[in-house]
Amino acid sequence: MAEHATHIEGLAHHFVSMEQQKEAGMIGMWLFLVTEVMFFGGLFLAYTIYRTIYPEGFLYGSHLLNVTLGGTNTVVLIVSSLTMAMGVYYSQKGEPKKVMGFLTLTLILGLVFLVIKYFEYASKIHDKLFPAMGWYNPETTGAHGVPLNLQQPVRVFLWIYFLMTGLHAVHMIVGAGILITLILMTRKGKFTKNYNSPVEISGLYWHFVDIVWIFLFPLLYLTGYHLSVGGH
Amino acid sequence: MADHSHDNSHGHPENPIKYYIGVFTLLLVMTGLTVFVAQYDLEKHWGPLNAIVALSIAVIKAMAVIMIFMHVRWSSRLTQLIVVSAAFWLLIMLSFTISDYFTRGGWPIGLGKY
Amino acid sequence: MASEGIIRSEGRKNYLNAATTVKSWLLTLDHKRIGLLYLFAISFFFALGGIYATLIRLELVTPEGDLLTPEMYNRVFTMHGVTMIFFFLIPSIPAVLGNFCLPLMLGAKDVAFPKLNLMSWYVFMIGGSMMLYTMLSGGIDTGWTFYPPYSSIYSNSQVTIAGVSIFITGFSSILTGLNFMVTIHTMRAPGLTWFRLPLFVWAHYATSLIMVLGTPVIAITVLALAFERTLQIGIFDPKLGGDPVLFQHMFWFYSHPAVYIMILPSMGVISELIATMTRKRIFGYNFVAFSSLAIAVFGFLVWGHHMFTTSQSMYTGMVFSLISYAVAIPSAIKTFNWTATIYKGSVSFDTPMIYALAFLGLFTIGGMTGLFLAALGLDVHLQDTYFVVAHFHYVMVGSAVIGFLGGLHYWWPKITGRMYSEALGRISAIIIFVGFNLTFFPQFVLGQLGMPRRYHAYVPEYQVLHVLSSAGASILAIGFILPVFYLAWSLMYGEKAGANPWMAAGLEWQTPSPPPTENFTYQPVVTHEPYEFEQVPEIKQAREAELLRA
Repeated sequence: MAEHATHIEGLAHHFVSMEQQKEAGMIGMWLFLVTEVMFFGGLFLAYTIYRTIYPEGFLYGSHLLNVTLGGTNTVVLIVSSLTMAMGVYYSQKGEPKKVMGFLTLTLILGLVFLVIKYFEYASKIHDKLFPAMGWYNPETTGAHGVPLNLQQPVRVFLWIYFLMTGLHAVHMIVGAGILITLILMTRKGKFTKNYNSPVEISGLYWHFVDIVWIFLFPLLYLTGYHLSVGGH
Repeated sequence: MADHSHDNSHGHPENPIKYYIGVFTLLLVMTGLTVFVAQYDLEKHWGPLNAIVALSIAVIKAMAVIMIFMHVRWSSRLTQLIVVSAAFWLLIMLSFTISDYFTRGGWPIGLGKY
Repeated sequence: MASEGIIRSEGRKNYLNAATTVKSWLLTLDHKRIGLLYLFAISFFFALGGIYATLIRLELVTPEGDLLTPEMYNRVFTMHGVTMIFFFLIPSIPAVLGNFCLPLMLGAKDVAFPKLNLMSWYVFMIGGSMMLYTMLSGGIDTGWTFYPPYSSIYSNSQVTIAGVSIFITGFSSILTGLNFMVTIHTMRAPGLTWFRLPLFVWAHYATSLIMVLGTPVIAITVLALAFERTLQIGIFDPKLGGDPVLFQHMFWFYSHPAVYIMILPSMGVISELIATMTRKRIFGYNFVAFSSLAIAVFGFLVWGHHMFTTSQSMYTGMVFSLISYAVAIPSAIKTFNWTATIYKGSVSFDTPMIYALAFLGLFTIGGMTGLFLAALGLDVHLQDTYFVVAHFHYVMVGSAVIGFLGGLHYWWPKITGRMYSEALGRISAIIIFVGFNLTFFPQFVLGQLGMPRRYHAYVPEYQVLHVLSSAGASILAIGFILPVFYLAWSLMYGEKAGANPWMAAGLEWQTPSPPPTENFTYQPVVTHEPYEFEQVPEIKQAREAELLRA
């Protein structure tokens, strides 16, 4: 005869226990992150191949990027990872006010990242350093000190930059959406000591997006940094 | 499922805040380090050194986030296997494809004309 | 305990009649219903792909290009490939039979994430609708492989929309694979250890591995292609510093493992069919289980064998060739083990067994001809000829589709509660076998003689073989159409099936046919090894009855 378990708050009917549900959720998110690794991995592959073929182009292309802004974004994301981890910790302790505080901080930092990104993109597009539809302007790249024979390789670097950081920014936007959802759910009192796995699972996603940036920053911004010590 | 409360594989440590602060500091220091080192052109000394140093620092940072912020240090063997597999599969994709471009012009290293 | 649930299903509540509104189907969270939703969808795409195939074979009856213009022919064979691969083969067994059977085989109430399961069907339908729109607005003519720079610059067809459609459909695959992996890891019934699992489950686990690890790469590839085509970025354009071969690397990194997505589930089905129909434990269970994983892992290391005739480095080609030979070994191990199972087994030649036997022969040919192609020197002669076409049809149609049909017949009583007409089933299976071989065997000869693939016109010397092939195709078509009729007929007039009509081992047979929505009315507990037929209650009862009579 089927067991008629007393209804446990937050336990889906096809799971046998909260433990099983939580384990399933965690493994599910980790597997999803594996797909994300392979998804970004395709672009990292393109980066690796083209950097191998066009080492100087990547040098000069990277030199065109703003290390100060990139570095600031890196720090912003590192802090947001800390606040996210704290949010997860307090959700497991069952302290919703602290959870809301830390999740909101994380969200704000994420939005700061996106704003800085917006300014970076705007300046590139203004300088016609956007490699599409014939916008790319060799005269501007020349003005930035890029030799004529490297115009095309620098163009390659630029589309890789836009694709990789663009895809990353899309993931940040999704992450912001997830955080907003979590904040609203915390406000409604959905999370307790016994049921808080959505926060931890979302934390995994947020940390992953941070890790992608940890690799993007040196590969894209710092490659050409030594061409002008001190950045610009 | 078996009771796992006696071992630490239910995913999170008891008192993690000191770990979090430690990792946070490490991440900031490493970021500063990578920016500092990037000022110097290490490739004057040996070919791919710039990339190797930058990537090594990035890997250390990533591992810190994975192990501590993402709790993999305290997670089940399955989770750890999943993390290793992701890195491994990415490496498969990168290494085999790189081997193509690196040997088009000859064996063992020949980049060919571009 | 198990026999409580096994009652004849006269008017009993089951997952089919639990609710009958359209909404209850379109918003269902029941994995069994989702499996049926997928069945309708992929059958539709199979029919579309079949129409394209008919056009191809009709055109190729004569050496001149007289039925279709060259441009039209390009679109027809491209859409045939795209439809069949992405919208039929890759989902087929996992999304239909996997969805239906996995939770039952595991003794679970559903998959781990039922809502994601439903979402994966809707994602599939959205991607499919986009591809339908592509078809109706002229289709694409790039070949299913989308190679740039033709696809990114010169093609005048709906490449971008087709690319986005595949991007979206890929997520359906990812969600299914993710769901299966988590379900198998966390929702096995008490006592159901990994080495007590049916081999169908092992096969689906390995398939899910590939779905999760490989599909994202085709996603980013197709996305990059879409950007390339719309914004002229220069990713794969040599004039702008790109490399078209990089596309091929990224494309085949997924598309080779994808062929293992298509064959592994079929192999899982065959294991079940052979075990039940010979009433014998699969010989070398551990070897078969591990070989599924080996195929999944090694399958990721061989993609360059599709690129031997490109500018890919010869040295890398050698590595890929060597590993391609290695990846054949696990497949061979399985084939030997299945054969050893049949030896001295108690064979019953029901329809599923006929399909299983067909699989064994056709897969051997398909697999071995793959080895011809894996040899660098031979591939220079055979690449882009009909030899390749014949090879992959032997493994995709002769093995994967045959496995699907065998599985569909085998689990039909469980899914519908009805038996199909065994006579018609056997006849169809044989018609398919004959038609298939007549269609595709001549193509090996054609390829070896030099007939290129994707050509609508050819020299008259090849005509006899082409006519044989087209004749075979017409027989094959009959073989595929017949089941539609007798299976549909069985829904209304077929003999009502009991819980375990095949006297099979496995948890899915220890619940009524069709199963109740919650799968089991009791908590299944597993206490014995897989394929232990002596422990199957129906067999025990039959034996006891016999002893009483004696």
